[in-house]
Amino acid sequence: MDNKIDIKARIAAIDPAAVWSDAGDGMFRIPVSSFRETAEMLRKEAGFDFLRSLTGMDWGEEGLGCVYHLENTSTGGTITVSTADKDRENAALPSVQDLWKGANFNEREAYDFFGIKFIGHPDLRRLFLRDDWKGHPLRKDYDMALNPLNMKNEVSDDDAPSYEMTPDGSYILKRHPLFEEEEYVINIGPQHPATHGVLRFQVSLEGETIKKIDAHCGYIHRGIEKLCESSTYPQTLGFTDRLDYLGAMQNRHALCMCIEKAMGLEVSERIQYIRTIMDELQRIDSHLLFTSCLAQDMGALEVFFLGFRDREKVLDILEETTGGRLIQTYNTIGGVQADIHPDFVRKVKEFISYMRPKLKEYHEIFTGNVIARERLIGTGKLSREDAISFGATGGTGRASGWACDVRKRHPYAMYGKVDFEEIVLGNGDCFDRYMVRMKEIEQSMNIIAQLIDNIPEGEYQMKVKPLIKLPEGSWYSAVEGSRGEFGVFIESRGDRYPYRVKFRSTGLPLVSCVDTIARNVKIADLIAIGGTLDYVIPDIDR
Amino acid sequence: MKRNVNIKSMKYEDFNDNEYIENMLRELRENGTNVIVGCLDEVIEWGRSNSLWPLTFATSCCGIEFMAIGAARYDFARFGFEVARSSPRQADFIMVAGTITHKMAPVLKRLYDQMADPKYVVATGGCAISGGPFKKSYHVVDGVDKIIPVDVYIPGCPPRPEAMLYGLMQLQRKVKAERFLGGLNKGISEKEYERQMRADTNTAEDYKEYDESGLA
Ligand code: SF4
Repeated sequence: MDNKIDIKARIAAIDPAAVWSDAGDGMFRIPVSSFRETAEMLRKEAGFDFLRSLTGMDWGEEGLGCVYHLENTSTGGTITVSTADKDRENAALPSVQDLWKGANFNEREAYDFFGIKFIGHPDLRRLFLRDDWKGHPLRKDYDMALNPLNMKNEVSDDDAPSYEMTPDGSYILKRHPLFEEEEYVINIGPQHPATHGVLRFQVSLEGETIKKIDAHCGYIHRGIEKLCESSTYPQTLGFTDRLDYLGAMQNRHALCMCIEKAMGLEVSERIQYIRTIMDELQRIDSHLLFTSCLAQDMGALEVFFLGFRDREKVLDILEETTGGRLIQTYNTIGGVQADIHPDFVRKVKEFISYMRPKLKEYHEIFTGNVIARERLIGTGKLSREDAISFGATGGTGRASGWACDVRKRHPYAMYGKVDFEEIVLGNGDCFDRYMVRMKEIEQSMNIIAQLIDNIPEGEYQMKVKPLIKLPEGSWYSAVEGSRGEFGVFIESRGDRYPYRVKFRSTGLPLVSCVDTIARNVKIADLIAIGGTLDYVIPDIDR
Repeated sequence: MKRNVNIKSMKYEDFNDNEYIENMLRELRENGTNVIVGCLDEVIEWGRSNSLWPLTFATSCCGIEFMAIGAARYDFARFGFEVARSSPRQADFIMVAGTITHKMAPVLKRLYDQMADPKYVVATGGCAISGGPFKKSYHVVDGVDKIIPVDVYIPGCPPRPEAMLYGLMQLQRKVKAERFLGGLNKGISEKEYERQMRADTNTAEDYKEYDESGLA
């Protein structure tokens, strides 16, 4: 708390007009004129080096703006700041992409969705929508009829616009070519088996060496955040499962937690236990699939079959209780959909004793394999600083030596009470990213083993009013998803519908750091890098 | 001569939409063929239906279930969907597994155009059929049949692997009830057929009438 007061004084020292508003989690509202200076102070002096989430906002009369969730990775302190520009037609905010590298893609997203110009951003193209898209869909005044289905093949811009401020307060638009004339540029994706979905890379090559990568997202942008704004709170739950479908449980857990926090609802111990166990089962499922796909991409087809064999066992357990194999729709606001199946405990225990020895098989076949080791060890390094700056959480961050596990940083559900080790390795290469996940499977089993015998009696669904309204304010909750921090930001105006919902994608930072990782590596290694980063495209595009 | 549309692994009576296949067979008979071409056709279709190769095409969740039917437990290679091809030029059918967005739509169309005839489309999951849970979104195509002609629909969100196998068998039956030599099944020239396909897919408006709000 001291920390907060101290920060408050420092922010006020820069601009006395900055106010603290405490609806919900609370945030500092900083005038746009002094925002850049405040951001620099927060980054450089106060040590907030991790940009957890950057959310574009349409505050109607108050203009367009952004909310920044920041964290200091050495102290664990967090802070939320926001800023807005009243001029809706020409909203412009200072860019912070030089302070936090992760802001680069996030600001492009905010430009795409809201039309906010970020002054000083070197490459302010649209991130998700087509370059010839009209309007900005997440604005409240967006007209759906503007953009009928366009079957013309997309011609993407080959130069990047940027806005610079002149001393008299107007902007100049500059355009820089993305690739030079003589560069040899190839396309990978959107239809390519190794991009794990519909992602497109433009890769500039010199011989076999990658010089630059430009990632194009949006081929599976489903507009979930906008859909949420017209859904009641229980209706929004259905979308989360379909974001990162290998983290369906965890995603939904995050949204439920956020809504429960806003409602001031405490869920019973039994629910906490069930949710934790389910999250971990899901993690095992996801990591097995990760291994399968990585191995398949690298030509080790057998591991693909092994992974799916074991994964089906997890799915069977989940299916018995939830009724779903992939999309579980299990968590609800204030509980879970149905009580655990009578066989659940027995089956989970059986699975754990089955799975522990089986992990050796993977290590024998794949981890120890000469080809796999040659291709993974030492390739695609990501430094710790870069991981933090990009916000590359999850296995990727931990392989680079950043202890970024939300389960340890901000314990939720039962994670504060169970004993498990956070796997942190240090090389930041493909092999470490792979090993982190393999070891995490063991840790997940440890967590489940500690909980499974002690699930307390109690309700599996708390009493909640059928009509759920949240008070005014904004809230942020995060869980450790299968591939990093999955966060949910809700702003409510006291209605049955959220005013704005933002999902902090686990995969977007991972894609934004591909360019940094893959520069000067061989093109064949891009497959290993993409495989070990382990992104799920619908989660990136939302 | 009645064409044999039986599938080895499942009884004819166990299929649900038999009238549909009966109709196709009747049409085939009405258009008439000579014995030799007919027999040759039957052999060719038998071969084709038992080696349909899918294109690896997955945009989202349903794609994971598509991978699951490729793996050991459900193993669609048992029924002849031996290998998934990554190039559309080598594939016989495209399984549209996942949501198709506005940005993806031209790409999907292009993939389809790149496939060699005879080619088929299987729309897998609510999203591919109608936009599914995202029907109201500003960026989702409400049904791939607006873009490309669909042969089999497999509902579900995601469809269970068993449902996918069932759908694929339906496709096999459909292939068996086709005419390979001497033009396509319809008794019209290929050009005309193409034209009709396009006309159909571009004008259908009735999809706007039903509403699928409210999520599972
Ligand atoms: S139908 Fe359901 S499972 Fe399939 S892609 Fe759409 S949302 Fe995902």
